[in-house]
Amino acid sequence: MAVALILVLVAVGSVVFHLVSPWWWTPIASNWRYIDNTIIITFWITGAVFVAVIFFMAYCVYRFRHQAGRRAHYEPENKRLEWWLTIVTGVGVAAMLAPGLFVWRQFITVPEDATDIEIFGQQWQWSFRLPGPDGQLAASDARLISPDNPLGLNREDPKSQDDIVIEGGELHLPVNKPVKALLRSPDVLHDFYVPEFRAKMDLVPGQISYIWFTPIRTGTFEILCAELCGVGHPQMRGKVIVQEESEYQAWLQDKASKSFARLLPAPKTGASMPD
Amino acid sequence: MVDVPLGPTGVIAAPDVEDVELYHPHSWLTKYVFSQDAKVIAIQYSFVALSVGLIALVLSWLMRLQLGFPGVFSFIDANAYYQFITMHGMMMVVYVLTALFLGGFGNYLIPLMVGARDMVFPYVNMLSFWIYLLAVLILVASFFVPGGPTGAGWTLYPPQAILSGTPGGQDWGIILMLVSLMTFIIGFTMGGLNYVVTVLQARARGMTLMRMPLTVWGIFTASFMALLAFPALFVGAVMMLFDRVLGTSFFMPVMVEMGQPLDRNGGSPLLFQHLFWFFGHPEVYIVALPAFGIVSDLISTHARRNIFGYRMMVWALLAIGALSFIVWAHHMYVSGMNPYFGFFFATTTLIIAVPTAIKVYNWILTLWRGDIHLTVPMLFALAFIVTFVNGGLTGLFLGNVVVDVPLSDTMFVVAHFHMVMGVAPILVIFGAIYHWYPKVTGRMLNDPLGKLHFWVTFLGAYAIFFPMHYLGLMGIPRRYHDIADMAFVPPSAHALNAFITIVALIVGATQLVFVFNLFWSLRHGKPAGGNPWRATTLEWQTPETPPPHGNWGKDLPVVYRWAYDYSVPGADQDFLAQSQPGPTRAGSGSIHG
Amino acid sequence: MGSILFFLSILAIIGTWWLSRQGLASKPWLEPSAAGTLQDLEPEPVAPAKVGLGVLLAVIGSFFALFISAYAMRMQLPDWRTMPIPSILWLNTAMLVASSLALHGAKVAVRRGETGELKFTLIAAGVSALAFLSGQLVAWQQLAQEGYRLTINPANDFFYILTGAHGLHVLGGLVALVRTSEKAWHPTSTDRLRLSVELCATYWHFLLFVWLVLLSIWTGWAGDFIDICRQLLT
Repeated sequence: MAVALILVLVAVGSVVFHLVSPWWWTPIASNWRYIDNTIIITFWITGAVFVAVIFFMAYCVYRFRHQAGRRAHYEPENKRLEWWLTIVTGVGVAAMLAPGLFVWRQFITVPEDATDIEIFGQQWQWSFRLPGPDGQLAASDARLISPDNPLGLNREDPKSQDDIVIEGGELHLPVNKPVKALLRSPDVLHDFYVPEFRAKMDLVPGQISYIWFTPIRTGTFEILCAELCGVGHPQMRGKVIVQEESEYQAWLQDKASKSFARLLPAPKTGASMPD
Repeated sequence: MVDVPLGPTGVIAAPDVEDVELYHPHSWLTKYVFSQDAKVIAIQYSFVALSVGLIALVLSWLMRLQLGFPGVFSFIDANAYYQFITMHGMMMVVYVLTALFLGGFGNYLIPLMVGARDMVFPYVNMLSFWIYLLAVLILVASFFVPGGPTGAGWTLYPPQAILSGTPGGQDWGIILMLVSLMTFIIGFTMGGLNYVVTVLQARARGMTLMRMPLTVWGIFTASFMALLAFPALFVGAVMMLFDRVLGTSFFMPVMVEMGQPLDRNGGSPLLFQHLFWFFGHPEVYIVALPAFGIVSDLISTHARRNIFGYRMMVWALLAIGALSFIVWAHHMYVSGMNPYFGFFFATTTLIIAVPTAIKVYNWILTLWRGDIHLTVPMLFALAFIVTFVNGGLTGLFLGNVVVDVPLSDTMFVVAHFHMVMGVAPILVIFGAIYHWYPKVTGRMLNDPLGKLHFWVTFLGAYAIFFPMHYLGLMGIPRRYHDIADMAFVPPSAHALNAFITIVALIVGATQLVFVFNLFWSLRHGKPAGGNPWRATTLEWQTPETPPPHGNWGKDLPVVYRWAYDYSVPGADQDFLAQSQPGPTRAGSGSIHG
Repeated sequence: MGSILFFLSILAIIGTWWLSRQGLASKPWLEPSAAGTLQDLEPEPVAPAKVGLGVLLAVIGSFFALFISAYAMRMQLPDWRTMPIPSILWLNTAMLVASSLALHGAKVAVRRGETGELKFTLIAAGVSALAFLSGQLVAWQQLAQEGYRLTINPANDFFYILTGAHGLHVLGGLVALVRTSEKAWHPTSTDRLRLSVELCATYWHFLLFVWLVLLSIWTGWAGDFIDICRQLLT
């Protein structure tokens, strides 16, 4: 009796906790509302199954608890019931998988008009690179990294001239413009994660991974590293500042002029590192 | 020490064979220490695994103290915290759960449940334990070497695992970890061969595969999977050891570490992740399948009803075992691998939910119209269903590729896998210990203490891990020893963390009640008799309890029926032992042993 | 991960075939006792050691298949420089084939009970296996002298690791072979001796097979073969 009651309380308590507890996701700041919707669908389906299973168990424990003279019913199997349950489960699983795959397709298909930016994580700070007026990022190579070329840009690449490098600072983005972030690391695995954007992807040394998203509201958001990268992992923070287009352009102009001032006496081309 | 030919010992199960050549111990040392009796080896395995479990439990306390009360305990800095999570994770997954289910329960139950005198290769079986112990010692030794144990996280992802930015990366820690894992795998392979071949070749007369209890099915399938999956970890460990010690570039790309270029050519960190998860995902089921099997038998026995849909249960076990080899990359959705893999792995992962769900249905349908005895093992079995269903359902979030994107590497994942492969299997382990302790020792465990242990453990563990999901949903990443300065985290989340820590301390302390019960009942427990639960399976039908070396006295048992003849209509008693001859409706009721 | 999945699917096919003969679709609750059925249900009289060796070979096979998978994945990265094959490997291959053949001879001899021939073939197998191992060491030495050392390139690393791992397995086999030979010189039970020889022979054939697979990868034949299969499929 008590056992059945406690089981019911566990199920009910979980649902109540889910509904009233103050701990919930942060207000979304990117286009990935679909992901939130898929999570909501999954919560509904799985929540219903969880409650159903536990209520059924609790009922059995109450109704069929041992009493003198009781004997269990003998029934080795029930093919029809089992197949029905299998089919219903299959349908439920498909109902979660289908939207999931659909949204995943969007997640990995970058829109044509997305701007390329580079997010560069190293132990233990974030750096960024924005394309200049040409809208393109120059090639890079970890072998070219040196104190005056912290991201290892290939200075022989003409596209490198106007690239804007922001070291260990804040990433500014214009609102409502899709962005394709190219992710690069020179040392270990990191993971670019902004809780409000929902998106997340590893930075893998030796290759370039990517994610895309569109910031949909202005504000300052925290960048976290979500892949263990050594003792400094929790301190590896950065900021994304999403701005209105005009403010963003003003900031960009300012950055570009400073960046050009630094870059103009073009240093000798990548010879500082042996190949 | 003991020189027994490794050669064949004859086909044990064949009816014409007079007796098996068992190594008969001559001294205390060969009887209790270097024993070749699977039951003694089982107890040795269990004892060591539970001891490692206690160490890992203390490590989890230390982590929780830091998370709940950041900054209060100054000795838990980032360094120490990472060492604690790494050792806690690796110990629990490999050295506790795998060793306990396969080395402990496998050794004790397989020969008894299939009606064999012992494992087929007893000498190799003994070696298996000693190599396991060696692996444990190597692992624990890393606490005492310069630099301490590795802090690479239990996933040991390179490059950070072998670089100086990670505790133990350029010291001894990671080397000892890798060597210990390789040692463990060699030892496990020796044991695993025994478990598999004993089930295949040493079953008693009449014990067809479809008459085997699901416990044996679960352990058998899991052992097979482990034999095929552990080599992946072994290969990964060898290659990483080469990278670390000799400077090869299997996993090490061209790198600049803290401004200093490293002398590496261009390896692939993802390659390690593929190898690791090719082992790591089956590993989840290596822990889960024995738990599935054992819980089926606990429910069936204590509900006095045959396990519902036995055939479906067996097929589901096999399906899960096979499918678990093609889902590994669902741990890598955000790893930077080819994103199109996501479609395939999300699909296979969600397909695996179907046979798993069937198992859950059949467990609860076994309760339907049963005669439920709420014994301590049964309580643990019920709690297993609650936690497993909870953890399994959150698995549907993480398996469904795009839902995984915001949740992966957050506390949601931590809560999920603790619920599904931490709490749930450990509840089964407790249930199983309460269930089989009478066979092992001849005495019952104390019931009130058991119930106390159960309620605190079940409700406490649930209260720890259920709210933790919501911290992850909020966006708190895992493997952060301090979340104090995160802008998006409200103060209430810190209060929740403190609450979780307090509950964790209470639950942990309650395990001492269990340990006390284990020792106290050895002397003072109620005498159990041969078959206190009135169970059908062979291990309860031994002539003596505890069973001596050789298990069966003069004659091997003969099996006449499947493992689940409970409450058969027309029978005198509500169970018919597997070794009881005669047709189902025979009313003699005479039970062997 | 293609090769490990290929290997596992072969195991899965074997497993399915075996399970299909175990009555997995039967309803065990309907068939209590009945002495008649018991007769059919006896396990086949295969020595556990043979089954055990089969399972062990599956484990070793998956070990090498995983290494080959890793090899195939690592190979695609741009820093890979294929390594020339020292010609002594062909001699070593011949030695391993000879060793395998000798053990096959031993198997035949022990069946016929020809003790002299058995001893001869066992020695021949042991000697040629040792020759194989020393040949491998020579190959290592030659490569190192030509500058194909460890850490220079992943192709070299894989070569050393794979030959090393294979060599260790041969070495382990030699221990078993010595124990088998002990039995041949001091026979106690013919059944046991016969089993021992058969186990050794199986193990040797398997290691030869693994070696040929490795060799075919290094020579590039495996790649050609896969290309041909791919073309046939498309």
